[in-house]
Amino acid sequence: MHMADALISPAVGGTAWAVTAGLIAYSAKKVQTELDERKVPLMGVLGAFVFAAQMINFTIPGTGSSGHLGGGLMLAILLGPYAGFLTMASILTIQALFFGDGGLLALGCNILNMGFYTCFITYPLLYKRLVRSKPSQGRICWGAMLAAVVGLQLGAFSVVLETLASGISELPFQTFVLLMQPIHLAIGIVEGLITAAVILFVWKARPEIIENAASSRPIGRVSIRRVIVGLIAVTVLTGGILSWFASSHPDGLEWSMFRASGREELTTRERLHESLAKLQEKTALFPDYGWKEPAAAETRPETAAPAWPAVNGGTTAAGLVGALFTLALAGLIGFGLSRFKKQP
Amino acid sequence: MSNIQYARANLRFLEDQSVKDTPIHRLHPMIKILTTLVYLGVIISYEKYEIIAMLPLLFYPLVQFSLADLPARLFFKQLLIAAPFVIGIGIFNPLLDPTPRLVMGPLTVSGGWISFGAILFKFALTVLAALQLIATTGLNEMGAALLKCKIPRAFVTQLLLVYRYLTVLVEETAAMIQAYSLRTLENRGIGVRAWGSLVGHLLLRTMDRAERIYQAMLCRGFAGELQFIREYRLGFNDIAYLLGWSVFFVAARFYNIPEWLGRLMMGVGR
Repeated sequence: MHMADALISPAVGGTAWAVTAGLIAYSAKKVQTELDERKVPLMGVLGAFVFAAQMINFTIPGTGSSGHLGGGLMLAILLGPYAGFLTMASILTIQALFFGDGGLLALGCNILNMGFYTCFITYPLLYKRLVRSKPSQGRICWGAMLAAVVGLQLGAFSVVLETLASGISELPFQTFVLLMQPIHLAIGIVEGLITAAVILFVWKARPEIIENAASSRPIGRVSIRRVIVGLIAVTVLTGGILSWFASSHPDGLEWSMFRASGREELTTRERLHESLAKLQEKTALFPDYGWKEPAAAETRPETAAPAWPAVNGGTTAAGLVGALFTLALAGLIGFGLSRFKKQP
Repeated sequence: MSNIQYARANLRFLEDQSVKDTPIHRLHPMIKILTTLVYLGVIISYEKYEIIAMLPLLFYPLVQFSLADLPARLFFKQLLIAAPFVIGIGIFNPLLDPTPRLVMGPLTVSGGWISFGAILFKFALTVLAALQLIATTGLNEMGAALLKCKIPRAFVTQLLLVYRYLTVLVEETAAMIQAYSLRTLENRGIGVRAWGSLVGHLLLRTMDRAERIYQAMLCRGFAGELQFIREYRLGFNDIAYLLGWSVFFVAARFYNIPEWLGRLMMGVGR
């Protein structure tokens, strides 16, 4: 579920970053005022624990496959939502930096998808309501299960929305949702089972840990409204400004209109082709692959050099030759630099 | 990410890279973070069919590999391990977008393949940039730089503590898994009945350890936040590095350099 930079657009990545930064700043403030400093090393070690626990694969009964823990809900239960969210954010940051699991610009998206829903939505609204102040085996079990499943469904749905808003994948909304949600339903059930089993184990062995965590958080006294209003403002501003910059490019709608009609009728396609070519002249930021019919095909760059300037696809040919040249130059510079460095 | 041995090796590998002493390693951490962010921003702003125009951005990781003396082979291995999710989403493009977009003699390339290629290329460049950032900087220096950028102290402290204890806990987890698999003769995963107690024990051990670590930190004068000793000063090299690369990235974004080179070479340039 870790989104990579390659799958997002600047507007989506920037907006998610802005929202996440706001939530981190707010959580950090809450943690500093609410929790005692004893919790600081505990948060650190629990973060490392979840990181390590994610690597333990569990067999999924009856399927022969295996799944692993996400951890956001467990952290919220053990540390409370604010410390839990910060811890989840730090885990995802380390995964992005050290393992290439999710990109740096996509980090905002990933923290929202995997940390926000569990810590700030399903933990307070589902788990806490179900478990209340007196935990029992059944309540912990159902609370963890429900909160994990709903949290993961919301996270998976956000992945779909963010990918579609970025316009990089061709997957239509419906197909994508049908791919993502059922898979994450299964994963969510596993996650719920693991979380419940671990929390139950700790509750039986050391009940004071769970009870302390549940009682020491005076939730709801702070004005979350101000934060939410601020976040919405930031979202609108960033999304608005970034997409304004991006809108000098032709948008996804034009592309899909072109594709959809182009497949049905050749004439429509050519008319659209012309208007898009005009747009290309105007913006100059348009992709530089030549637009042409297969009939006007040019031949391989190596063999047909003289005919090129006449062909409509000169741009493409120039691009290909230039690409080869760029690659050669890149290799040469890399080689040269390492030779140069070896001499003291 | 499922293989615990691999995670352990990888943490150590990048940590080892970050203590080298090369021109890149000596740069101010904040400069490296900013340069990386500009680079990533430029890459993700490319349209989905642009591969050729993006090629000049390949220079940045290549120069870093050379100047920072990084073993490229291991980084590419890392790329392959991180790739499945991106490939999983991108692989549908060739199926859903069969419009021919590039014709070279008998070979017709559809838009879907081009956009899939662009996704993979973007993926390779962005992941390499992030890994190179950490391999030339190290997480401690990163933390100091993040504080300078006004990232909340609680978050930075948290980040560094997680990182510090990762090796400890990963070792501990690896030992538990090994003990489990030696007793069960099955290595596909942990059986249902052992789930809760296994991870629960790990959690309890973890919390006891946190308590001991906290005591040790108190003995060394810990008062709620981490302290940094090393001070970096911004120098001429740092500014030049940031400005130089940024100008190059932006120029590459607005001018199609390979196409221009191609025209020049084919003698049709103006």
